[in-house]
Amino acid sequence: MNKGGTVKVFVPRDTTSRSLGADDVAKAIEGMAASRGNSITLVRNGSRGLYWLEPLIEVEVDGVRYAYGPIASSDVGGLFDANFLSAGDHPFGLGPTEHIPYLAEQDRLTFSRVGIIDPLSLDDYQAHGGYEGLAKAVELECDQIVEIVTESGLRGRGGAAFPTGIKWSTVLSAEGLQKYVTCNADEGDSGTFADRMIMESDPFVLIEGMTIAGIAVGATEGYVYLRTEYPLAIQIMNDAIGIAESAGLLGENVMDSGKTFHLEVREAAGAYICGEETSMLESLEGKRGVIRYRPPLPAIKGLFGAPTIVNNVITLASVPIILARGAKFYQNYGTGRSRGTLTVQLAGNVKRGGLVEIGFGKTLRELLEDFGGGSATGKPIRAVQAGGPLGAYVHPSQFDTPLDYEAFADVGAMIGHGGLVVFDETVDMGEQARFAMEFCAIESCGKCTPCRIGAVRGVEVIDRILGGVDEPGNLVLLRELCDTMVVGSLCALGGMAPFPVLSVMNHFPEDLRARGS
Amino acid sequence: MILEIAERHASRPGPLLPLLHAIQDEMGFIPSRAVPIVAEVLNLSRAEVHGVISFYHLLRETPPGRQILYLCRAEACQAMGARDLERHAKEKLGVDFHETTSDGRYSLEPIYCLGNCACSPAIMIDDFVYGRVTPKRFDMLVKEI
Ligand SMILES: Cc1cc2nc3c(=O)[nH]c(=O)nc-3n(C[C@H](O)[C@H](O)[C@H](O)COP(=O)(O)O)c2cc1C
Ligand code: SF4
Ligand code: FES
Repeated sequence: MNKGGTVKVFVPRDTTSRSLGADDVAKAIEGMAASRGNSITLVRNGSRGLYWLEPLIEVEVDGVRYAYGPIASSDVGGLFDANFLSAGDHPFGLGPTEHIPYLAEQDRLTFSRVGIIDPLSLDDYQAHGGYEGLAKAVELECDQIVEIVTESGLRGRGGAAFPTGIKWSTVLSAEGLQKYVTCNADEGDSGTFADRMIMESDPFVLIEGMTIAGIAVGATEGYVYLRTEYPLAIQIMNDAIGIAESAGLLGENVMDSGKTFHLEVREAAGAYICGEETSMLESLEGKRGVIRYRPPLPAIKGLFGAPTIVNNVITLASVPIILARGAKFYQNYGTGRSRGTLTVQLAGNVKRGGLVEIGFGKTLRELLEDFGGGSATGKPIRAVQAGGPLGAYVHPSQFDTPLDYEAFADVGAMIGHGGLVVFDETVDMGEQARFAMEFCAIESCGKCTPCRIGAVRGVEVIDRILGGVDEPGNLVLLRELCDTMVVGSLCALGGMAPFPVLSVMNHFPEDLRARGS
Repeated sequence: MILEIAERHASRPGPLLPLLHAIQDEMGFIPSRAVPIVAEVLNLSRAEVHGVISFYHLLRETPPGRQILYLCRAEACQAMGARDLERHAKEKLGVDFHETTSDGRYSLEPIYCLGNCACSPAIMIDDFVYGRVTPKRFDMLVKEI
């Protein structure tokens, strides 16, 4: 028992833990504690991201947190019988949470508080290093902040991996009375949930990162463009913004610095293309999310024609620790030109799915085997789609590729937002190729023909191949069509949707055949 | 009511999307009679307003059933049986995507990733996400709710 006889019990409240019954577990624990006369304080923390163990509950004993999982509400009686409030042994006991290898072997920088704190407790946030970055930033000149971000080597985590400091310095030097910071929280790639985890489990870190960005470039307004598919993240972000405003950490005179930064959440409406930055800006302006021609860059003429930062959630959430601990500290992680940490998301048919934040440089195989533990079904892994729906299907012969932007590009793959979707040997790669084209057809903004028409044709051609109609001729046609889309599309949706298709043609040709033949 | 919502949002920068969300939150969909009202208040053409509504997959122009059941069709869910789940759901509910069951209970909609990809396949019923949804679990959820 802890001081005062009340024990802290943690039951996560993020989307995934709730999707597996965490709310029922929380209720059962409260009920059982009341009926047994145990005094507990129930904290609804975020998730640690060890998703195969969710709902993962923790109890704090003498300042150490012990984990149990996965727990169903029907296990709660047994946990009390086993004295879990004093960290007693139980078949689902996992020992001290921080010692679980999956977690212990990570480099949790951006995610340093995720799963540890109550997401909406500003006290918790500050007790764990929160707002140290902003406190540094308000003491610095704009160009000094930008310089630190540049020096850290941070590159955009939304997909394109563009150096963040360079983007910021463009916005800083652009002329404009009004400038904006926009956060791309559209997280449309299948197999990704790192943005959602930040927003649900540590929302203040995103708020702090955006505030630093605003102060760095002289922007007084910020928007978080947040996907409709994340209702809980929308709610938590809105609550957190309200709390930060009341505490003088948003609004006029942020942290008594004399600087102003207002922040607002804008809900998207279910269009994948609105994750592309110019389409996102159109959407924020209240229009159809149709791609804009470039130039001008959003950094020069972005939202409402003003200089605008567009950054991904993880990019912005990495800024506070860079300011707090220094550029060198962050830069020391990683390899080659990929500095810092990557938030890998292990998804799909994987035994130990979850979030792995780790310095760049580990191989794909290490992620899939050491962290992921192989497929969920126990069957051999046949393919991994890396970098979302526009990313290639990676063949097992390429699994020794290190996680590094350039090394991935060299094998025709991409890291993108860090999602790895695992498929076992039962996957039908012909169907996967077809889906890539189907998805492009559904999500095309319609501005250019290679994408709008090409994707529809792509589905038809694949259907003919799978249906046994002139297989050799249609395979040639499919490759030509892919080339046309790659070369002729205005943006990366049409320009990259052929990559998964081509990867199937190149590495899994045995599946692009007439069915039943 | 539509007019009141429209006027409430009119002064915000880029008001159209938040305004349409507010109407949908209130009414469950965006009725066609809203289009001229919104157009007038925001000083846009009706075609512009309608163009925006039709562009976004999650803005709806028809009333939904009592609950909306979103089924994730994206890759991480596919890897864990989403294609089978989709077939099962359609058969069980007796509807295709974008349709509502004859008793008015559920509207079935496709969705492309709920961020629950480590515990797939996933569905969302109204605002609540469920993970590892096997056909059996699907039947239980549909019965329970
Ligand atoms: C079709 C398409 C979809 C995209 N979706 C997202 C997304 O959901 N989230 C995101 O941060 N970036 C997305 N991007 C990348 C953005 O265009 C942009 O590069 C990014 O938001 C910039 O932020 P960063 O530099 O911090 O990565 C997408 C790009 C394309 C072409
Ligand atoms: S490639 Fe597709 S999504 Fe991109 S601009 Fe062309 S039509 Fe729009
Ligand atoms: S792919 Fe279905 S939840 Fe992400």
